[in-house]
Amino acid sequence: MKTGVSRRNVLGKLGAAFAGIMTATAAKTAKAAVQKVFVSSGAPKGYDPTKHKWLMAIDINKCIGCGLCVEACKKENNVPEGPFFRTWIERYVIPKPKPGSFTTRTEAIVDSPNGGMHGFPEPPVPVGEIEQSFFVPKLCNLCEHSPCVQVCPVGATFDTPDGAVLIDPNYCIGCGFCIQACPYGCRFLNPVTKTAEKCTLCYHRITRGLKPACVEVCPSEARIFGDLKNPVPDDPIKKFYENNRVQVLKPHLGTEPRVSYAGMDKEVR
Amino acid sequence: MTEITNTVIEVLPRFEGYVYPNEAGPHPLWGFLIVLYPYITGLVAGAFIMASLVRVFKVRELEPVYRLALLTALSFLLCATLPLLFHLGHPERCLEIMMTPHFSSPMAMFGFVYAWYLMAVLLLELWFDYRQDFVRWAKVTPGLKGALYHALTVGVTDVSPAAVALDNKLGWILSIIGIPSAFLLHGYVGFIFGSIKANPWWGNVLMPIIFILSAVVSGIALCVFNYMVLTWIRRRPLDVRCLDAMGMFLFYALVVDAAVEGLDWLHRVYSAEEGFRVLQYMAREKLFYTLSIGQATIGTLLPVLLLGSLQLIRRSVPELVRKRMYFGSAFMVLVGVLAMRWNVVIGGQLFSKSLRGVMGYKLEFAGVEGWLMGAVLLSLPFIILTVCIKLFLSESLPVTEAAHAAGDPRLEPEEVVTT
Repeated sequence: MKTGVSRRNVLGKLGAAFAGIMTATAAKTAKAAVQKVFVSSGAPKGYDPTKHKWLMAIDINKCIGCGLCVEACKKENNVPEGPFFRTWIERYVIPKPKPGSFTTRTEAIVDSPNGGMHGFPEPPVPVGEIEQSFFVPKLCNLCEHSPCVQVCPVGATFDTPDGAVLIDPNYCIGCGFCIQACPYGCRFLNPVTKTAEKCTLCYHRITRGLKPACVEVCPSEARIFGDLKNPVPDDPIKKFYENNRVQVLKPHLGTEPRVSYAGMDKEVR
Repeated sequence: MTEITNTVIEVLPRFEGYVYPNEAGPHPLWGFLIVLYPYITGLVAGAFIMASLVRVFKVRELEPVYRLALLTALSFLLCATLPLLFHLGHPERCLEIMMTPHFSSPMAMFGFVYAWYLMAVLLLELWFDYRQDFVRWAKVTPGLKGALYHALTVGVTDVSPAAVALDNKLGWILSIIGIPSAFLLHGYVGFIFGSIKANPWWGNVLMPIIFILSAVVSGIALCVFNYMVLTWIRRRPLDVRCLDAMGMFLFYALVVDAAVEGLDWLHRVYSAEEGFRVLQYMAREKLFYTLSIGQATIGTLLPVLLLGSLQLIRRSVPELVRKRMYFGSAFMVLVGVLAMRWNVVIGGQLFSKSLRGVMGYKLEFAGVEGWLMGAVLLSLPFIILTVCIKLFLSESLPVTEAAHAAGDPRLEPEEVVTT
């Protein structure tokens, strides 16, 4: 039986429908790209991200583990209580090798109770048995090749021209892929907003000429912050790189973190 | 807002050693739902490959399960996105994955691979396969069901031998396109995990291949399971030749799968890269039941022994025993592959990325990530499949003469009912 409707006809219509869907997708992609320019980043009107290049560096030798930075960060950025941190401090305690063991180093005992927010308890081994002990502040490593940006399925997390890696909370779908992809454990899913969150270098502050909250409160200047495109006289970042041999976290992963550490031990991961 | 966000969430210590503070939450970020997602997707891909054995590779013994395999693939594919959707923080934004995809993300491609596979491959192949039956059934079935069949013809009611032959040809072409598509669908799921270099348990070039192979294994096992259950419900005789063929393919797929997974382990143990110690501890302690018992023993070793022995001494084993061995093997493979997905998804989140500590995980009963929800999501495709079987594999429906004329291979002897 022949009818007016042929297979070719139907397939043609299906093809047209598919093409229509693809066009709609392309149009929405273009719209989103335009919206990206006006993304709500917390920056004031008139702020030009191409005129800055923000950077943070950490001097491990100076950190005293007071936890003020963690507390300041939580308050400044409204970070929920519990295991959610944009920055935290780790304590490394390396016990002395046992006599007769003929080793030079024992494995570090690491802890970070409540992110180190309220300081640290007594060390896990008696003071006399400690060979070395130090604190390591952690934050978003501002990778050149951020795995978190790479894997975000909707492009809600992105590199800004001024060096920050930001998340658009109005766009994030809360899939958690970026959290899995971050090798440094810097991201978490905010239990209230149900979106991914991380250190933004206090973008709302730095774009207004202020320092990030953690840098502001650090009593020992262990956190060094600056703008590579607008160096101040006696620039702390410049001085940091002049005076120290630096290392980054997990360099073998090829993420090329822009946050450098001075005085880092091999035990730090 | 401050009051809400500052609510104290009590965290019970559920980890040993040191874990990053953001990893110290009460649950892993990806829970049981994300275990089900690759499991269901794998069953789809595997069932489709099973159907392709008939269409493309002309394995005549498997003809009785051709349509059942395709309908199985469809039922599971319709549910494949549900676990993902429920687990999102913002499910209402889910379409952004397709509307504004970020092309460097393996997850972003899912929408397209899924849509391609569902609409361009599976639905079209089913349609070409069923069209002449729809035309016939629309004529002989009264009421709503008849209207449904009529609607499903999409107005193409030409059932001349030439038209049917064209249907078969197009279906065959789609099947050929379908095989790489099925591999793509599930290989891509493997790539979601394999591409995470931050996680030494996941970041592995073999991951997509392991996922594809285990998908083929689980899909064939599901077809064996479904076929045996369906014939049992219908009190129909089993086609033992078909079962033997499925058993053979299951055995060989399982051997290849086990070989590649073994290679993966050999490589991990031999290269013993950074993080090996924590992975070793995890395999021995945290994942002992699901890895050593579930995946290796129940899911691989026992079925390989059962099916392997059947390859050698099939003729001397009585039919009833053989059937039971096939059923047992299929069921064990299905359990084993679920355990494998668990080991990948949950296992990858049971150790800290600091490689200094491990976390615990207790599957809860209630809640979105609880096992009740998981059981519901796993039952859903079977419910859909039941409806599909009632509609499209019904015993009371005639199989078309056109199909006969075209030498259509998919006719089940017991399905041909004179009208």
